[in-house]
Amino acid sequence: MKVLYFAWVRERIGVDCEEVSPPAAVGDVGSLVAWLKSRSEGHAEALGDPGRVRVAVNQEAVGPEHPVGPGDEVAFFPPMTGG
Amino acid sequence: MIRLQREDFDPGVELARLGEGDPTIGGVCAFVGLVRDRSPAGPVTAMTLEHYPGMTEKALARIEAEARARWPLEDVLIVHRHGRLTPGERIVLVATASAHRQAAFDACQFLIDWLKTRAPFWKREEGPDGPRWVEARAEDDDAAARWRGDDRKE
Repeated sequence: MKVLYFAWVRERIGVDCEEVSPPAAVGDVGSLVAWLKSRSEGHAEALGDPGRVRVAVNQEAVGPEHPVGPGDEVAFFPPMTGG
Repeated sequence: MIRLQREDFDPGVELARLGEGDPTIGGVCAFVGLVRDRSPAGPVTAMTLEHYPGMTEKALARIEAEARARWPLEDVLIVHRHGRLTPGERIVLVATASAHRQAAFDACQFLIDWLKTRAPFWKREEGPDGPRWVEARAEDDDAAARWRGDDRKE
């Protein structure tokens, strides 16, 4: 599974992209976040406040209940501020 | 039409091309966003726009399709820059062409309101105290939500 990070989420985690293989029990965005937070202090800090982080699966914005699997591209980022 | 680019754009050239040769167009409405030299967080000496290649294009295409479904538009243009910009530089151009002015005005405002809250762009300002990420503003969410049929997932 490919995981991407943008803006301050990327800065706190320290990488813009990583390939991860979570355990089979990780089947949705919510459980993926919980698993990613156990990987490092940076992950825990960046993903610690779910109200401040948005998620996209395969480039579509989704909620915490959305399913994720091995072939997916998952991205975490702050609320958008373009324009 | 949607374009993401580092380079500046010429609004005159872009607007002249919009709907060129289409005699049904009665009006073109355009919005140009610029980098300000200050923000609620303080003075701004430069700004970097980050985006999510792939998803940004998809999000903009969906926003354009939504505008075309809501208003009778003959043409739509969104040009959004990314990279590092300084105060006074242009960031974004949104332009709509329609037979009637009201559709062009409304669709233009809708596009910029939705772009602010639904397209994956993030702004990082530089000021005298160092860099800071621009926080999403409640006013932008309110502006986007006032368009009926808002289906934003929270």
